[in-house]
Amino acid sequence: MAENNRAVVKLKERFADALLEYKEHRGEVTVTVKKESILEVLKYLRDDLRYNFLSDVTAVDYLGQEPRFMVVYHLLSIPNKDRVRVKAPVTEADCSIDSATALWNTANWLEREAYDLFGIEFKNHPNLVRILMTDDWVGHPLRKDYPLQGPDREPYKGRLS
Amino acid sequence: MASEIMTLNMGPQHPSTHGVLRLVVELDGEVIQKITPHIGYLHRGIEKLSEHRTYHQTLPLTDRMDYLAPMHNNLGYVLAVEKLLGIDVPERAKLVRVMMAELTRLKSHLVWIACHALDIGAMTVFLYAFRERELVMDLYEMVSGARMTSNYFRVGGLSRDLPAGFEQKVQEIVDTFPGHFDTYEGLLTKNTIWLQRTIGNGVISAEDAIDFGISGPALRGSGVDFDLRRDLPYSGYENFEFKVPVGENCDTFDRYKVRLVEMRESVKIIDQALKKLKPGPILADAPQVCYPPKESVYNSIEGLIHHFKIASEGFPVPEGEVYMAVENPKGELGYYIVSDGGNMPYRMRVRPPSFVNLGAIEKMAKGSMLADLVAIIGTLDIVLGEIDR
Repeated sequence: MAENNRAVVKLKERFADALLEYKEHRGEVTVTVKKESILEVLKYLRDDLRYNFLSDVTAVDYLGQEPRFMVVYHLLSIPNKDRVRVKAPVTEADCSIDSATALWNTANWLEREAYDLFGIEFKNHPNLVRILMTDDWVGHPLRKDYPLQGPDREPYKGRLS
Repeated sequence: MASEIMTLNMGPQHPSTHGVLRLVVELDGEVIQKITPHIGYLHRGIEKLSEHRTYHQTLPLTDRMDYLAPMHNNLGYVLAVEKLLGIDVPERAKLVRVMMAELTRLKSHLVWIACHALDIGAMTVFLYAFRERELVMDLYEMVSGARMTSNYFRVGGLSRDLPAGFEQKVQEIVDTFPGHFDTYEGLLTKNTIWLQRTIGNGVISAEDAIDFGISGPALRGSGVDFDLRRDLPYSGYENFEFKVPVGENCDTFDRYKVRLVEMRESVKIIDQALKKLKPGPILADAPQVCYPPKESVYNSIEGLIHHFKIASEGFPVPEGEVYMAVENPKGELGYYIVSDGGNMPYRMRVRPPSFVNLGAIEKMAKGSMLADLVAIIGTLDIVLGEIDR
């Protein structure tokens, strides 16, 4: 169960007020923390719990819910052969979160991609420019309210095929 | 002497950039000072499209990312969906998946060695490796009808059983391929030009490799002993015996050796899978999810309705989120799927190994000569289709 997971146990001790939720689904542990403490939590996981490899940084757009975005980090511990998922909610009004580039260089490109496709700003990122779309592109394609068939089209409401 | 920085565009038409990659290289003489990669604009929009298709309809999109290893992409995806559903696939399906995945690794690594050697100037290896790759493509055609976009795995198992005569063909590959690898090594490992262009080139230490999130053979070439097949096994890999090769000097030559040993180990895994293969079901006992057998579709109205329902409506997947990573020939290929309980993924994210590996190119190439950059791009084994999904 999630309560017994070593990461959850330690995080509950150290970051009791930053920890919003923790759960286990299909054997995977997910920890949701406040976005203000995301860097501290990631640093603690990296240095003290040996989750030394940042696999992925991405985001999910829960359009219509508040907070709208969820930034998702997948951490891997190479010495312990273990994974943990860290999530931080980001509101539409204040669409920004601290950049993890200070901890991992991996975050550089992955955060640029999340910025490009979701429009989430990563504070203190060294080079936050678009990476998949051209520099002058308007809009963020992976947002749920961005039309599937491209700009200037009605949002597609039915099925594709 | 005062020096002046020159900016040079390498690609997208340069033969060694393997696709739509453009590198803006800043040079001091011939020494690389800075690299700004511009990746792609291929824009198939696979992540966005999958939010509007059922789980089965999303599957063919995944082949098209890493077009050198389509079955690995399928494997990661179906495993992620199966994990989300909580279903287990039969033993035979698992073995066939492992066998096809390792054949795919051979196929992908053969293209790597061919192109890498050609980039550096060795043409014979290029011709030989592509000749051998054809044999694996024939097997693809036998099982799926397509030589490249396989779409052979299904959520819950396989689309059909192995055709007659398949196992003999695989056995031929198992018997002959180690000899071919000897040939490549004979052509390259003692070749002075090859050695001079790979040894000490593109060095990245183990700490830096982890810091940059490099995975797969490039990570192991830097001396990190980690392989998802062995350390976080999936699809029954825990029942196979194989070595995980690790490099020492963290350079292009080590990554070359790691991949060559990996090909030999793949052949061993295929051999073991072939020996374990027994007749049995190839689809999980999950009628909500799996297509019915073709005989029942053609001969009974219930089967036809069942097939039609799955093909048009798909199946609901319980709410939740999973991350499933497989050891793609390029590295850790991860699928992060969020389900809201409907018949389409709410969000599907692909963690692309080539994309992350390419992020380290400036670190690896800074201070090298421009000519070495060609070898460094080749050693990363990037596929632009996967970088710009």
